[in-house]
Amino acid sequence: MSELRPVVVAVIFGMVLVTYLTKAGGLWLLGRVELSERLEAGLEILPGAIVVSILAPELASGGPAELAAGGVVLAVAWRTDNVLLALGCGVGAVLLFRSIG
Amino acid sequence: MSTDAARAHRSDETDEESGVDETDGEPAATDEPLEFGFSGLRAGFIACVPVALGVAGYGVVFGVLARQVGLTTAEAVLMSATVVAGAAQLIAVELWEPSIPVVAVIVTTFIVNLRYVLMGAALQPWFSRLPPLQAYGSVFFMADENWALTMGHLRSGGRQGAYLLGSGLAIWLFWVAATWVGAVGGGAIGEPSSYGLDFVLVAVFIVIAVGLWEGRSSLLPWVVAGTVAVACAQFLPGRWYILLGGIAGCLVEVARFDE
Repeated sequence: MSELRPVVVAVIFGMVLVTYLTKAGGLWLLGRVELSERLEAGLEILPGAIVVSILAPELASGGPAELAAGGVVLAVAWRTDNVLLALGCGVGAVLLFRSIG
Repeated sequence: MSTDAARAHRSDETDEESGVDETDGEPAATDEPLEFGFSGLRAGFIACVPVALGVAGYGVVFGVLARQVGLTTAEAVLMSATVVAGAAQLIAVELWEPSIPVVAVIVTTFIVNLRYVLMGAALQPWFSRLPPLQAYGSVFFMADENWALTMGHLRSGGRQGAYLLGSGLAIWLFWVAATWVGAVGGGAIGEPSSYGLDFVLVAVFIVIAVGLWEGRSSLLPWVVAGTVAVACAQFLPGRWYILLGGIAGCLVEVARFDE
């Protein structure tokens, strides 16, 4: 069950390439190109904007159980900063709400 | 890498603003050479172990989810060992299907990781004094958490060039090991929805979002991103709404920057 399929390895290699490009790119670029603060602000917002873009349609098309459980995850993550606790509470909540609903 | 990553990143930002702006007047970035040796490697590694434990939580989750979408244990571990970018890997798993959407996975990975350009640029005043092999080898192991630790070390006058590599190795070890644990465990699980596991990915992204929240300044770009994503998800095939939403949020931020 633990084999490596060539296609998957190729996709992973592509991910490695673009990721390393970003990690090394900053070292290489600076001194050659000036990044404006405006551009920096745009780059900084990207990960959050993408995560929200994943979540919004998912939650919009989910049922009330998923929405409510999402609220539980949000509350626990906000209050505790504890990843596994937030995930555990969320999974518990979704199972509970689904069994009710 | 993800939430802790973002949090470390965020707290770093508030302490010292973005590393890039201040490098000109940075007192610690003198012409003194950096050391690159075992003591720096060790110091970075030890400082990063507690942080790496937090990263391991995400690693387990990534391993479980990777198996659920059809990656083998070996493939999941290979991805963690070579890509070394938590948020991007979780998003890749979210996009993953039996017929792999190759372009979407790779383009999204690139876009999500664009912030590393800024982080690398912040290191450049110090790392330009290292031999290229050491500098460009070290950044392979750069994640949000150990970048923040290393910036703290260098800004406070530390001269250990191997600090990024040492702290990165701590994260890498925990990340890869945790992925393996999650993947092996995840393979033993049957129907995901009966355990609520189908919800975990959504939950992970909520937790990541909490970590990335920077206060009210995040609100407008996030609302725009979410709205565009929901609209595009209705009308476009595939998962391109993710990139379109992200780019829309980014453009809003760029457009309103002067405020």
